[in-house]
Amino acid sequence: MNLTATRPAKRGASLLAALIVAVVGMTAPAMAQLKVDVNKGTVQPMPIAIPTFVGGGNAPDELSQNVSQVITADLKRSGLFAPLNPQSFVDPVVPPSTTPNFTNWRPLNAQALVSGQVTATGDGRIMAQYRLWDIYSGQQLTGQQFFANPANWRRISHIIADSIYERLTGEKGYFDTHIVYVDESGGKGQRTKRLAIMDQDGANVRYLTSGDALVVTPRFSPLRQEITYAALNNDQWHVYLLNLESGQRELIGNFPNMAFSPRFSPDGQTVVLSLQNGGNANLYTLDLRTRQLTRLTDSPSIDTAPCYSPDGRQIVFESDRGGNQQLYLMSASGGAAKRISFGQGRYASPVWSPRGDLIAYTKQAGGQFGIGVIKPDGSGERLLTDGYDNEGPTWAPNGRVLMFFRDPGGANSGPKLWSVDLTGYNQQQVPTPSYASDPAWSPLLN
Amino acid sequence: MSSGLSVRKISFAGLMVAALLGAGCANQSKMLGAGGLGGAGGMGGMNGGGAGAATPGSAQDFQVNVGDRVFFNTDESSVNSQAAGILDRQAEWLNRYRQYTFTIEGHADERGTREYNIGLGARRANAARDYLVSRGVAAGRIRVVSYGKERPVALCSDNSCWSQNRRAVTVLSGR
Repeated sequence: MNLTATRPAKRGASLLAALIVAVVGMTAPAMAQLKVDVNKGTVQPMPIAIPTFVGGGNAPDELSQNVSQVITADLKRSGLFAPLNPQSFVDPVVPPSTTPNFTNWRPLNAQALVSGQVTATGDGRIMAQYRLWDIYSGQQLTGQQFFANPANWRRISHIIADSIYERLTGEKGYFDTHIVYVDESGGKGQRTKRLAIMDQDGANVRYLTSGDALVVTPRFSPLRQEITYAALNNDQWHVYLLNLESGQRELIGNFPNMAFSPRFSPDGQTVVLSLQNGGNANLYTLDLRTRQLTRLTDSPSIDTAPCYSPDGRQIVFESDRGGNQQLYLMSASGGAAKRISFGQGRYASPVWSPRGDLIAYTKQAGGQFGIGVIKPDGSGERLLTDGYDNEGPTWAPNGRVLMFFRDPGGANSGPKLWSVDLTGYNQQQVPTPSYASDPAWSPLLN
Repeated sequence: MSSGLSVRKISFAGLMVAALLGAGCANQSKMLGAGGLGGAGGMGGMNGGGAGAATPGSAQDFQVNVGDRVFFNTDESSVNSQAAGILDRQAEWLNRYRQYTFTIEGHADERGTREYNIGLGARRANAARDYLVSRGVAAGRIRVVSYGKERPVALCSDNSCWSQNRRAVTVLSGR
């Protein structure tokens, strides 16, 4: 299965159809006592045992090991699960075809157990199957079986991790997703910037532009395999669309003045962006079908970083119209804007959660940057991270985790990607081959 | 075109030397001055070695004897008195040598978010442009571009570097 070449417009539809064959061996209706409460302020991670998946057919042992390792790493990074050290397992081989001997697992204080197998089917594909067990009740909570091209083993692993996450938290997962970001190389004074895309865990990095032009702020289309971004070309900032399947790039709106900070509407049909008018930047929408340009703001200020609410009705943006950068809300068709940030310092780069309940932003105060969240009505402001430079948040599709970039500062410094969950306690660096900035999280691929 | 290219070469060479020496910020600013970017210091006494050799009306003359850049206060784009003095000299020179078109590059220091700094750099470039136009320079000769915080000339993370990066640089091109 070649994901980039054969996927139709609706993201991932063909993959899913080809993958999921059956829900495996549900002997009894699963009672969901076993649950991680993600709404508590701090989360005690759930101990979970994930023995190495067993092999089968001619599938290399390495493959089943890799699948279980990726599942383990996904769940661990979420901060909601504490996978146990496999060396502590009395019974490390647990084929999914049998009911585990739970007396071997209860003494480890694990609450959930994942058994799985990766088998070569003989027709060039692999079959991956798993079962999730509640160790105390001895019941199966869920189980699935997938057929796929061996090259897609990482996606299978992420889909299994998503399914475990969803079963145990009641929330959708976010592991089968991509990150588009800006790869940075070279000295701080003459950085080369390339668009890159990777899996959310940092695997499978691909470069999308050559580095000839400065590129910033890539954003995913909510519907298509497409991104929009700004690039400095021939001494002018322009906004582009890039189709991730065909590689085709399109300049949108050849404006006489600089265009920057683009973002898609939730229906994918409109791009909202900043256009420079003399010393001011104002917000506009561009309808991608009619190419009609509509002006949304008209103020002697820098209005930028616009982002739609998930229902498409409102736009949050930053403006220095009141003297310094603050967050404002207005109707998606423009008009009066209402300020929602009133704390100390400057507020920038707002991003609306896919759940609609929070807006993440970059805050600058006292010589520090931080990533915070605030409710759309301006209440409940909460800072999750801080440091010399913490900037540019993007939401995981389930609205539980943010990714951003952090630069410690200094002459030889550069930015790296980090993730943080809504508790603020679980901060993790996301591995990238080089310096990296401006991450944007894709919707779920399946 | 050739003069435009040589301008870029000079500034690049200055940066490279500074980097190779592992210079701190203070050294770097000296290196930039010696490398020919007389405007980089902008504090008077800027005529470094080779200044006398610049052919009047050349890009080097503009850089060394006039000063190609002005600096701004934190998060501001108004032309302060020091910047006004440099822009007055730029206007005088540009009105004498009318064969040049030029680009004003607006820059911000790293202590701002990416999008805002693109807007702020544009605002600074436009402030310098408006000042030059008010001193009789034809608007049609001027292009403006913002680099936001993407192209710092001084790399450390304290005020000695930030103050050099909050700048508008007049880069000569056509002749």
